[in-house]
Formats: sequence, structure tokens, C-alpha cells
Amino acid sequence: MPPLVSIEGLSVAFNGVPVLRGVDLKLQKGEALGLVGESGSGKSVTWLAALGLLPRHARVSGSVRLDGGEILGAGEAELDQVRGGRVAMIFQDPASALNPVLTIRKQLCETLALHRDLSGAAVKAEALRLLDLVGIPDAARRLSAYPHEFSGGQVQRIMIAMALAGNPDLLIADEPTTALDATIQAQILELLWSIRREMGMAMVLISHDLGVVAENCDRVAVMYAGRIVEEAPSNQLFADPVHPYAQGLIGALPPLDGPRRRLTAIAGTVPDPASMPGGCAFAPRCALAAEPCGHAAPSLAPIADSRTVACIRAEASRRALLGMAAE
Amino acid sequence: MGRYFAIRIGRAALTIVLVVTFAFVVLRLSGDPSLMILGPEAPPEVLAAFRKAWGLDDPIWFQYLDYFGAIAKGELGRSMRDGRPAIELVLERIPATLALTLPAFAFKVALGIPAGIYAALHRGSAIDRAVMMAAVAGFTVPSFVLALLLVLVFAVQLGWLPSGGQDSWRHAILPIATLSLGGAAVLARFTRSAMLEVLGQPYIRTASAKGVPWRKVVTSHALPNAAIPTVTILGFMVGTLIAGAVVVESVFSWPGVGRLLVVAVANRDLAVVQCILLLVALTMVTSNLIVDFLYGFLDPRLRMKGAHA
Repeated sequence: MPPLVSIEGLSVAFNGVPVLRGVDLKLQKGEALGLVGESGSGKSVTWLAALGLLPRHARVSGSVRLDGGEILGAGEAELDQVRGGRVAMIFQDPASALNPVLTIRKQLCETLALHRDLSGAAVKAEALRLLDLVGIPDAARRLSAYPHEFSGGQVQRIMIAMALAGNPDLLIADEPTTALDATIQAQILELLWSIRREMGMAMVLISHDLGVVAENCDRVAVMYAGRIVEEAPSNQLFADPVHPYAQGLIGALPPLDGPRRRLTAIAGTVPDPASMPGGCAFAPRCALAAEPCGHAAPSLAPIADSRTVACIRAEASRRALLGMAAE
Repeated sequence: MGRYFAIRIGRAALTIVLVVTFAFVVLRLSGDPSLMILGPEAPPEVLAAFRKAWGLDDPIWFQYLDYFGAIAKGELGRSMRDGRPAIELVLERIPATLALTLPAFAFKVALGIPAGIYAALHRGSAIDRAVMMAAVAGFTVPSFVLALLLVLVFAVQLGWLPSGGQDSWRHAILPIATLSLGGAAVLARFTRSAMLEVLGQPYIRTASAKGVPWRKVVTSHALPNAAIPTVTILGFMVGTLIAGAVVVESVFSWPGVGRLLVVAVANRDLAVVQCILLLVALTMVTSNLIVDFLYGFLDPRLRMKGAHA
């Protein structure tokens, strides 16, 4: 089956500083992909770049195909059809993601008018249906309210309703619950997942919360310093991470069952994009780094069925994890 | 809501009282009107009679109370120069001033706001830099320098326009241009920074992510938000319509309120100066109140706060 989205060699530089350094990613129809990594690893930038949402001074290169058609560098009119229509996006801070001076009706109906052949009363009816779908009580009355009259969780529900307005094939949820209370987080995720099941759309969940991703995604891609360093089905990645960075991320999580163990932290910090190390970007923080790691950045290579990793020490790393003597 | 505006109006009234008090005290401490009007050679008994007639011999607090008592009765005093009611002198000058400041206000808005929006939308472009350079120049060059520069070029060198007076509409062109350019520069800078601030907000990205065409993102998402800070500076400009042309009227010998003010201050024509300042304070305060109402209209968040305050 041809992929819904196929990203190849996507690179982004801001003022000559590379922040995304050749991302390859495929997404099947209806699939849920988790994108994890520390802040600044390029998770959001990947999708903002793919949809042409980065500021003009960003230099973007590579290829992004939607159903086989190239959308990177496409004209604004074509992109406006894709954005909100075929690919919708919701953002981290719902409170600032809605226009404070426009009513919910205006912002919701705007999307409906752009992407659906609806007019007049049908627009309002659909707006009400969407608000109802995302669980906004008393939708008819609240259509004329402004964003500040809703709670954070409700605003995120409205954002989701807006994202669904165009009947998208893909929903990109960029840290959709980071700014919300823990109890609300669970409700929003539950809502996202029930909607995804119902509508059969693909979803990309950008998050630094590994638990959320493990629970909800079919596949996970781990990003570090503007590259994907490991990609695997979620159950496999969490059971058996190969890349030392992925191991570090998962090692920093407390296990829910089993004996209590000391959590491990990844030493050091993410390198500054303006002064990336020559070879593998993770090498300076990697316990397994060897001399060749400093020579060239490793590319993603298959290590098993539907698993890829970008690490020349993958074997050693895997053995270290399994408690075998390293080499 | 009612309480919110009651507080605003109370504050406005207090502002006016303070302005008038300040003007009253400073004027009386800074010179003797009898000497200014009758001249230093006037015989002492004439001076004394003048002071007595205008109540200048009374203690200042007495004069002050007297003045407020008169205002309460709608009396704004008389000019010491020709004995006419001060308010009459001022009112007959207002049309001339408005003939300059109203068109200038229109030009400021028509020039400054589009320039600021354009510069913000094309940030970093050559046109943005040109607009900003022009704006900084218009912002920093004092109006009398600009006025003299325009006179030098268009009146002296090219001979296209008169350098002063009020005989025809052509006489108004240079003063209006002087007033417009400086104000347009201020507005362009303000509008540009307000737009840049708004364009960087997440909701603009949301609108783009929904597939809203850029032109519509600007007009229906960015502009209504950028209007809020811009209205502040517009309100300030409305406040200067009556007496915002003091320098320009002096340079171009335009017989408006500004010139009257200069002459009245020089003569210590107390009632006239106070009358003008009272009018200025009133327009300022009124335009501020209008701005407050407009905020509520433009920003639903403030509307709510107002309702609860």
C-alpha cells in the first residue's frame, strides 16, 4: 500500500543554522505514529515544515509527498487546500492557539466554509455537531462565546473540533496535552483516540511523554538533534530500545511493575544546533561512543523487520541492554 | 459596567482639575500680567489699578477659589487685553486649527497605518527598511525643523507654495504636510510593531494551519488584534486636534488656537491661557474615554473584565 505521507531528506535551517538534518518518515493511512524526543529535537519543525507553516526565513529542502503528490514548495493555494483539509494540526497551548477576538462560531465555521461544501444553516448545524462530538456541553449557546470564556481543556476540545472540520486524513497533534492538567490530559487523549477510531484517520502524536506515546501509537520514531535515530513498532521500542538515546529516554521512565530501580538520566545536554558535533550528534553523551562515532553521522539502517536505527554501535548497544558482555 | 465607567469618568474629572490647577499656579508664579500687558513704563498707579481690577492683589488661594466658583457658573473669565470673554476668543480660532489638524489626522491614518502594516508583512525587505528609515526620520526631526525644511524647498526654492498666512487652501498645504508626516511616522512605527507582535502569535499559525489564505489571515485574524494597541495612539492623536499645532501654527503664521496660546502665554493673559488648557484637557480626557470604550468593543476579554469590575 502506498504511504499516505512520505517524507524524504527533509532539512530545515534557520538563518543558516540547521535544525532538521535529513528526516525520512513514512506514514500509512489510518496509522498512529508517535514522535518523541527532547525539546528542540525537531519534532514539531518536521510537520510545520511539511505543511509550509514555518516563517519565511526558514530554508526547507527535501521532499514531502501526500498520496504521492509533492507538497513541499507547492503554491499557497494548493497548500491551503491541504492544510486543514487533508492534514489538520492541533497545538500545544490551546489558550493562545485560538484567536482571542473572534467567537468560536467564527473560527469553527471559517474552517467548514473553507473545506466543506456547506452553506448557511448547514454550516451551523455541522459546527454544532462537531462541538457535540468533542464534548462541549450546551454547544448551541456557546458558539457565540469567545475563547477566554472556556477552560484550557475545553479550548483544546474546540481546537480538535476545528481540526476535524475539514474531515482530514491525518491529524497532527503537537503536544496536545502538555499545557493541561493531568486529569484533563487523559480525557483529551481519550477523545483523540475515540475520534481516530471512528473516523479512521491517521495521527501523528508529537510528545515528550513516552507513556502517552507507548499507550496510543502503533509506531514510534525517536528524534534527536534534528534527525530520526530510531523507529520501531511501539511495543518493540519500549521493550527493546536499540539506540543508546532511546535507551536513555526509556531508562529515565519509572517502571510501573517489577522491582523498584534507580532511574537513569542521560548525561550532558542536547548540542547547540549552531555547533553540532562532526559525527553522530549523540556521541558526546553516549556511554558506548567509540572512535568512529565522531567521523560521520550514521544513517537509519534496518536492524529487524520494520525496525530501523541510526547507530553504528547498535549491536553493542543491544547486547549491553540485554546484560551481555559488550564485545 | 456602570461602576467601571463611573470610575473612569471620576478619574477624568480629577485629571482636568489637576491640569487647570497646575496651569493656574504656574501662570501666576511666573510673571505679572499687568507688567506684560501695560509695559514696564506704565505708571505705578495704573499698574495697581489694573491689578485691583483683575483681582491680582488677592491671595492666590482666594483667586483660585474665585476661579473655580466662576467655572461652576459657566464663566471662563475675560481676556485682560481686550476684555472680551476668553471662551469667545478661543472658539473663534478653533475652525482655523481644525482646518489643519483634521485633514492632517486623516493623512496620518491613511499614510501611517497602511505603511506600518505593509512593513510588518514584508519584514526585513527593502521596503520595510525604507519605511522604517522614513519613520525614524519623521519621528526624530522636530516639527519646526521639518516645517522650515518644507518652506525652504517648496516656498523658497521651488516657489510652488506660500510660506505662511491663511489666504487660500494653498496656504494650508505645507502646515498640513508638516503635521501629517510626523504623525504618520509615529503611526507607522506603532502599527508595524503591533502587527509584528500579532503575527508572531500562535493563533496566526493556527489560522494558517486551518488553510485560511494568507490575505484573509491578515485581514480577519491579525488586523483586529493589532487594532487594539493602534487605537491607543490614535486616541492620543485625537486628543491633540485642538492644540496640537502650536509650533506649526507659529511657523506658518496660521491664526489658530496654537498661535493664540503662544501670544496669551507671552502676555500672561491668564483667562485665555486657562481657557485653552481647559479645552485641551477636555479633549484629551474625552478621547481617552472614547479609547476605553473602543477597547471594550475591540477586545472581548476587556469587555468581560469591565462587566465584572
